[in-house]
Amino acid sequence: MSVAAISTSAPAARLSREEWLMRLGVVLLVCWLMLVIALPLWALLSKSFQNADGRFIGLANYVRYFSTPTLYGSILNSVGVAIVTTGIVIPLAFTYAYALTRSRMPFRSLFYAGAMLPLFAPSLLSAISLIYLFGNQGLLKGLLFGGSIYGPVGIIVAQVFYCFPHALIIAVTALALADARLYEVADALGTRKSRIFRTVTLPGAKFGLINAGFVVFTLVVTDFGIAKVIGGQFNVLATDAYKQVVGQQNFEMGAVVGMVLLAPAVLAFVIDRMVQRRQVALLSARAVPLEPKENRARDIALLAFCLFIVGLLIVVLGTAIWASFITYWPYNLTLTLKNYAFGAFDQSGWSSYGNSVAMAAGAAILGTAIVFTGAYLVEKTKVFAGGRMIAHLLAMLPMAVPGLVLGLGYVFFVNASWNPLKILYGTLAVLVINCVAHFYTVAHITALTALKQIDPEFESVSASLKVPFWRTFRRVTVPICMPAILDIAVYLFVNALTTVSAVIFLYGADTKLASIAIVHMDEAGVTSGAAAMATVIVATALGVKLLHVLLDRVVFMRWQAWRRR
Amino acid sequence: MDTSTDSAPPFLRIRNLTKRFGQFTALKDISLDVKTGDFVCFLGPSGCGKTTLLRAIAGLDPQDEGMIEIAGRDVSHLPPAARDFGIVFQSYALFPNLTVAANVGFGLVNQRAARAAITARVAELLALVGMPEQGTKYPVQLSGGQQQRVALARALATSPGLLLLDEPLSALDARVRLRLRDEIKMLQRRLGVTTIMVTHDQEEALAMADTIVVMNQGVIEQVGSPQEIYRKPATAFVADFVGTMTFLDAEIAGPAALRVGAIELACPDAARFLKGSAVRIGLRPEEIRVRNIDSATPNQVATHVTTLDFLGSFCRAHLTPEAAPGVAILADFSLNLMRDLAVAEGQPLTIALPPESLRVFAK
Ligand SMILES: Nc1ncnc2c1ncn2[C@@H]1O[C@H](COP(=O)(O)OP(=O)(O)OP(=O)(O)O)[C@@H](O)[C@H]1O
Ligand SMILES: [Mg+2]
Repeated sequence: MSVAAISTSAPAARLSREEWLMRLGVVLLVCWLMLVIALPLWALLSKSFQNADGRFIGLANYVRYFSTPTLYGSILNSVGVAIVTTGIVIPLAFTYAYALTRSRMPFRSLFYAGAMLPLFAPSLLSAISLIYLFGNQGLLKGLLFGGSIYGPVGIIVAQVFYCFPHALIIAVTALALADARLYEVADALGTRKSRIFRTVTLPGAKFGLINAGFVVFTLVVTDFGIAKVIGGQFNVLATDAYKQVVGQQNFEMGAVVGMVLLAPAVLAFVIDRMVQRRQVALLSARAVPLEPKENRARDIALLAFCLFIVGLLIVVLGTAIWASFITYWPYNLTLTLKNYAFGAFDQSGWSSYGNSVAMAAGAAILGTAIVFTGAYLVEKTKVFAGGRMIAHLLAMLPMAVPGLVLGLGYVFFVNASWNPLKILYGTLAVLVINCVAHFYTVAHITALTALKQIDPEFESVSASLKVPFWRTFRRVTVPICMPAILDIAVYLFVNALTTVSAVIFLYGADTKLASIAIVHMDEAGVTSGAAAMATVIVATALGVKLLHVLLDRVVFMRWQAWRRR
Repeated sequence: MDTSTDSAPPFLRIRNLTKRFGQFTALKDISLDVKTGDFVCFLGPSGCGKTTLLRAIAGLDPQDEGMIEIAGRDVSHLPPAARDFGIVFQSYALFPNLTVAANVGFGLVNQRAARAAITARVAELLALVGMPEQGTKYPVQLSGGQQQRVALARALATSPGLLLLDEPLSALDARVRLRLRDEIKMLQRRLGVTTIMVTHDQEEALAMADTIVVMNQGVIEQVGSPQEIYRKPATAFVADFVGTMTFLDAEIAGPAALRVGAIELACPDAARFLKGSAVRIGLRPEEIRVRNIDSATPNQVATHVTTLDFLGSFCRAHLTPEAAPGVAILADFSLNLMRDLAVAEGQPLTIALPPESLRVFAK
């Protein structure tokens, strides 16, 4: 070669430093996950076996729980409500998903976006809307013929609204994967449509539906906000935990309720894992994507169905927003902004909103950095195979832990007399950490999925070029994964903003959050203020999502020119 | 490879290399020497351990036992970055978000060389692989063959002493593959960089390699030049894997003679075996003679043509000896010969099996 080769002698010292850094990263990751997930759960578990003085008393707390009818009765209530909700949501979500994936109905992506609306509101927003519609001063109270919305009916209706998008996401994923060849073969054999549906469509989506069922069941059992707002005298596990801890300061019994609450979630998680394991890859690499055929009657029927559902979602979301601008519901329907003067109903006023945004931003920034780096260490490095596996398992754990349970665990863990982290109690930092831990799993899976799509040889190539891994991480891995990284950040932001259950036990005097202010205003009977605060949260969450879409579309197209041929 | 006559020490020395995946032993006690500047092909069927051996040499999947020495330095326990090699993967593994130039210069930037020097070096490398002026494109905008060249340029950028190629051509269509085959070979000659290429395509190995290492189930079956491998396969496996060969059961009938059924054949290679032992003999279809056979020609066999397969530039005939109806011998005939001798199915044909072309294998 004409140009003198640029010399390439890599000092061996740098290499061991690279390896050392990776190991340090894995160790730190495991320690971090232990600290923010495993130890709080351990604190909760051990608390449930202690008396108020912190002495071990075996199963005494549990015995007391299961011999108090007002306490253990909530188990049946929670499970009953969850089963009914699941039974309603799954068929609705499945039909809706079928319309989105297997029909030629117009505006499908718009309908998908519309169905996602409830994700951007705290769960209790739907309950507030129901109160405006069917509550004591409800606009449509007459439709109940003397019945009451406060109690199981209200919980179920509100939960259906809240859980619908969660079920829909899974159903769409399950139905979107279809091999056109199966349908062609069935068609060629002259199979009737109804039989094709039973023998090809349903089995293909079966595992997705089961998964969606478990997700919805867990969401309902563990959700706090809806039961709090519209449950009335109807006790469920989530409100019990709150009453024991916040109302009666009975932390030990709170811990027991937390453990009971953990049981259905963990059970659902384990059963779901077992079922999913039996799933065979239905979709071979050579599958031909399904193109739905023209069928006007079907498309019109599905369009009507989807319009109806989206209409309901918008009515429920819209009622709370509309009501937040109303002077005196339902007697004086003139518009006003006075409900937004939060200082009049709640000491913290607008500052709780500021806290919420700061907390959500903190969770998004800190969480995204930790989750993505952690997923990278798990997926792309080869050090400490055992450590990486533990990290992965710990990262999957929060999926099965209700926010309320993790929050309780944090209370006991951070407050423990031996814990130097006690200074964190009630600070924004502990709220941020709690949110990151609570929403870790989905973010982790998103990052892993993105990383798995990257050629596994990139790290090998960099090593052969004597480029340290962190340079490849910064220059190649992160830019390629930027869409997933943004997804994670927005996911964390929106969920941190809207969550009630994860943070209800943890806020301090100066760090009250907007979602908690909603609970307090509702408790104080200021439903209009609660609706107004919920509206502010929805607007912020939707605004951030919109920003995300724009960022993805406009700026990103420019940065990601390399994706285009 | 016969290293005893070679005074220069080998560039790459592998001793007693073993690699396990759980219970499964992917490489069994491999020892191998590679001369400086040699173009070596690891050839073998899928799953025989070629990639595993290559990755062990690179340090990407370290061996469980054994020693690897590159340029006189024991690198057995060094990480990849300390081993001085360039590598091209089957997937090319080009960084999709970096331009061609940035991909090629990826390893250079790290060395804190002057920017002008890097630019010049990248341009030179791109010219070297026949892609000048394409530096600003992104990998998705390139054809498979072009991506391959970029990957090669990137691997060569830091002037490594050893170039490793894992099935670099297998993702390309036949025509591009043939062209790149020649280009890689020429490039390698020009740069003189010691190169190891993994392939399961015997034609590719025969055309490109100075030395072929035939592997099977985690062991090396034979090491030799393409000529040696083809003409003197050490084992029945090598004979079968490289080129086409007819195998017949035989018995050693004397110091240089053997018997296939009722047919007696002269065969100097038989001397390696004891009289009476059961063996297998192999003969290449193109070695079978049908012209210029007279009474002095040894190993004549009267056959008839059972079937003829037209394969483009030649015909492959299945011949059945009159004296051994259960045996099928493959023979390749040029179209010329077919016309001259009017070969047709069912027709009798006397063939001669040149004694030195018969390879004898233990059974
Ligand atoms: N990470 C691994 N874990 C377990 N077994 C492995 C692993 N990598 C390779 N093997 C096994 O080792 C054997 C050799 O694999 P290797 O990839 O070296 O084959 P190869 O000769 O390169 O084949 P191919 O031509 O298909 O690429 C195979 O049987 C393979 O299944
Ligand atoms: Mg291979």
